[in-house]
Amino acid sequence: MFRYLIRRILWAIFLFLVITFVTFVIFFMAPNNPARAMCGGDQAGPVCLKTATEKLGLDKPLPVQYGLFLKRLVWEHSLGTSYATSQSINETIKQAAPVTASLVFGGAVCWMIIGLSVGIFSALRPRSLIDRAAMVFVLIGVSAHPVWIGLIFSYVFGVRLHITPIANYANFFGAPPDSGLPGGPVQWAYHMILPWMTFAILFAALYVRMIRANVMETLNEDYVRTARAKGAPEQRILFSHVLRNALLPVVTMLGMDIGVALGGAIFTEYVYQLPGLGRTSVIAIQAEDLATLEGVVVFATIAILFFNLIVDLLYAWIDPRIRLS
Amino acid sequence: MALLEVKDLRTSFKTEDGIVKAVDGVSFTVEKGQTLGIVGESGSGKSVTCLTIMGLNAKRTTMSSGEALWKGKDLLRAKSSELRKIRGDEMSMIFQDPMTSLNPVHTIGKQLVEAVQLHRDVTVRVAKARALELLKAVGIPKAEGRIDDYPHQFSGGMRQRVMIAMALINDPDLLIADEPTTALDVTTQAQILNLMKRLQEDFGSAIIMITHDLGVVAETADDVVVMYAAKVVEHAKVHDLFNRPQHPYTWGLMGSLPRLETDTERLVQIPGQPPSLLRPPSGCRFHPRCPYVMGVCRTTEPKLLATERDPSHLQACHLDQETKDREANKLIESTMAEVG
Amino acid sequence: MATEQGSNGQMELHGDELLVVDGVKKYFPITRGIIFQKAIAQVQAVDGVSFSINPGETLGIVGESGCGKSTLARCIVRLLDTTAGRIMFEGRDITNVSRVAMRPIRREMTMIFQDPYASLNPRKRVGFIIGEPLEVHKLGTPAEVKRRVQELLEVVGLNPEHYNRFPHEFSGGQRQRIGVARALAVNPKLIVCDEPVSALDVSVQAQILNLLKDLQDDFGLTYIFIAHDLNVVRHISDRVMVMYLGQVSEVADRDTLYREPKHPYTGALLSAVPIPNPERGRAREAIVLEGDVPSPVNPPSGCRFHPRCPRFVEGHCDVEEPELFPFGNGHVAKCFYPLERWPMTAEEMRRRGTARAQEEPVQA
Repeated sequence: MFRYLIRRILWAIFLFLVITFVTFVIFFMAPNNPARAMCGGDQAGPVCLKTATEKLGLDKPLPVQYGLFLKRLVWEHSLGTSYATSQSINETIKQAAPVTASLVFGGAVCWMIIGLSVGIFSALRPRSLIDRAAMVFVLIGVSAHPVWIGLIFSYVFGVRLHITPIANYANFFGAPPDSGLPGGPVQWAYHMILPWMTFAILFAALYVRMIRANVMETLNEDYVRTARAKGAPEQRILFSHVLRNALLPVVTMLGMDIGVALGGAIFTEYVYQLPGLGRTSVIAIQAEDLATLEGVVVFATIAILFFNLIVDLLYAWIDPRIRLS
Repeated sequence: MALLEVKDLRTSFKTEDGIVKAVDGVSFTVEKGQTLGIVGESGSGKSVTCLTIMGLNAKRTTMSSGEALWKGKDLLRAKSSELRKIRGDEMSMIFQDPMTSLNPVHTIGKQLVEAVQLHRDVTVRVAKARALELLKAVGIPKAEGRIDDYPHQFSGGMRQRVMIAMALINDPDLLIADEPTTALDVTTQAQILNLMKRLQEDFGSAIIMITHDLGVVAETADDVVVMYAAKVVEHAKVHDLFNRPQHPYTWGLMGSLPRLETDTERLVQIPGQPPSLLRPPSGCRFHPRCPYVMGVCRTTEPKLLATERDPSHLQACHLDQETKDREANKLIESTMAEVG
Repeated sequence: MATEQGSNGQMELHGDELLVVDGVKKYFPITRGIIFQKAIAQVQAVDGVSFSINPGETLGIVGESGCGKSTLARCIVRLLDTTAGRIMFEGRDITNVSRVAMRPIRREMTMIFQDPYASLNPRKRVGFIIGEPLEVHKLGTPAEVKRRVQELLEVVGLNPEHYNRFPHEFSGGQRQRIGVARALAVNPKLIVCDEPVSALDVSVQAQILNLLKDLQDDFGLTYIFIAHDLNVVRHISDRVMVMYLGQVSEVADRDTLYREPKHPYTGALLSAVPIPNPERGRAREAIVLEGDVPSPVNPPSGCRFHPRCPRFVEGHCDVEEPELFPFGNGHVAKCFYPLERWPMTAEEMRRRGTARAQEEPVQA
């Protein structure tokens, strides 16, 4: 177990180095000149360009630049400053990350609730009406784009039915005073309902499929038959013998999907105008602000690696075959 | 009253290709403490018969009829809650593959304790003590230290011992063993068969031994049922079956067996393949593969009847007694011929 | 050990052997490490096996799971590289020949696998499966290949018109016939059969065994027949080799091995086989071995069978490794205290004689 843990952590560090290096190189090779962006784009004067280039260290060779970047990141915990606004990128991310986190984790809870309940139910009653309805849902969920779903949702529930707000974010811990913005947990959840649902639909569909298949497969396992032969009631069989085994691969999937989800969050944030990481990066792209974009990518990388680590540990905890090997 | 009396049991499965009659009119009885062997090849319906008795077939796709009287009570018509009370308590089952029959995420102790607590209102402590007792009885070395281990930490033979411990933990009246040694090596098989013999003496359980191995049947069973294509073709006391087999299929099975103790240059082979149960052959189901086939075999299904000299020896074949005796003797002589 | 075997009759070569296996070892490393994997132990799957086969002969290899018999088979046909030792085919050392140089030899040496369901590609037609080796070795035009495949189908007892069917349209026994036809396609001299009938029902098993015997008579084939079923091995083999934990424990011609086994493990194996005869089966007492086969990672010291052996002598069997002692006529057994007679009861087996020990006194 300990060995496994060490191996996972070292693996995460290795991945971190590879990914940051690759992003760094990609940004380095991008055609835009960051010094230009810093000096106000097209009106950049040669003197400003020169000082900016030196200040950013752009005149140094690539490995040195990467080393400096890494040193700044590890020792100073700093992602640098924006080329466009000269703001600390840490600050920008500190504001945007909770929004994206609310979206992703709230969404994950939604898709797991839907996935588990519908998936298990359709596995227990294959070919029933609910099972078939779930299949239709899955088809729609997998094929529809989140922007389209988001627009439909905000039109139907917000504009037509006036049940939910159609945009904006409410801070969980209360809005800043005098801002006139809504705040607090209730407002937070109220504003997030549509984004969550929009965001969750794609994954909920995939998870319904997967959980259904896993549960059905596990129900056919020999040890489930053994449990029945022991005289265990169906409910006990489901919870004690089927689910834990059936959900093992789901846990792994969940770890991988958190990363995919961060990418998917961009669209949802865009539709509902949520000031999260996705929208931050869209704005950064438009401003040719590579430093901020890179900051977001690096931060997302760390977050994904961290969650994968947690998932690995969770997996080891559930599956004795890994824990005891 | 017999412990278990199965009458005209029929089980069919709905499949995409049509209805498969996996068990088609099977009858037998099991007396207290007795061992009944059910022999047949894959697809003969021997396992499905027992799964039907235990109520372990998938409900949605299975239809069963007939009777399975457990101490006089029909299991096929029992409520599922009543069936659950019997299963694992009065009647238990072990399966072919010990590698997959235990839940990989629970310790064997937990799985044994569950088996006790499903049927007895006792504390975990008491149940665990009982589990330990059984693990010792089935010969798990250092059982105290191993009760909290997971199934993957045991070898195949040891896992089958754990399965047997679990099946016997509530002192059942009947143990159904579905190919319990097929997945095991021959020396492990000898260990397990020995163990089952010894435990049967200690626990006094009746056993239904399902197997494709005539050797296992010969060494363990009192009575033997031979199944072919969902039907019983022969049913006799073990000595009668091996000394006076009455059905051409039984002859084929015995002749096709390579044996340690006799020399045969060429094995008797049953030509062809077992029939599809979607569209079983007309008349006698064995007729397309039977070397003794007659006109009547193609049209009329033979009934399972007692032989003239022995009311306990049942067989389903149209051949006359004289031919049967002659062929049986020929077979016995050829297979009994001592080496050297 | 391998060279010592040269002195005991087993490996006295006369030059006409089809296959000579000399001291073959196959170790699989167990690696562990956080970033860099290093070998911390080795699974000694095959550990110094030597034997030879004459043309037209059938050598049965029998043993329980984990004894290394399948690994050995894969080493022989070069599906696996050997760790040590030599494999000679028709007098030519093929242990380390390159892939390209191996290609013509693969025409001489083919394999039949255990699982007729998994070893045939489900998406390919039977004609293609059987004809593939012919095409690989460029043996004939498409029309010739087709004719040959149909001929092969007939030889193995299938309908030549089923040329265009897929494997799933056949039953288990018929699929194994397809496997046999594929192995036969290139007219090999040696066929290595790895548990070819263990997945089949008894009646179908008999069909395949008879088929293999007929083909041997018709085409003069040589077989290495690997199985765990002693009855089956006895039926088909001329000579039988018993393996335990990666090593040979006994070799003898078929009748000698089954009538006068010398190694206690062979005795235990023979006595463990259920006899399909209630009188005889119940009259004898099976010699039941204790415990499980030990791990091939840490094989027991001395004689590998000693922890389970009914005639284990402390201070001898667990200290010194026995060699394959000759018993005449090519019969060899790796035991200091061989069985004096057969059959014997468990009690008699425990009362060991001292024949071998007297010849070679050992300080305990």
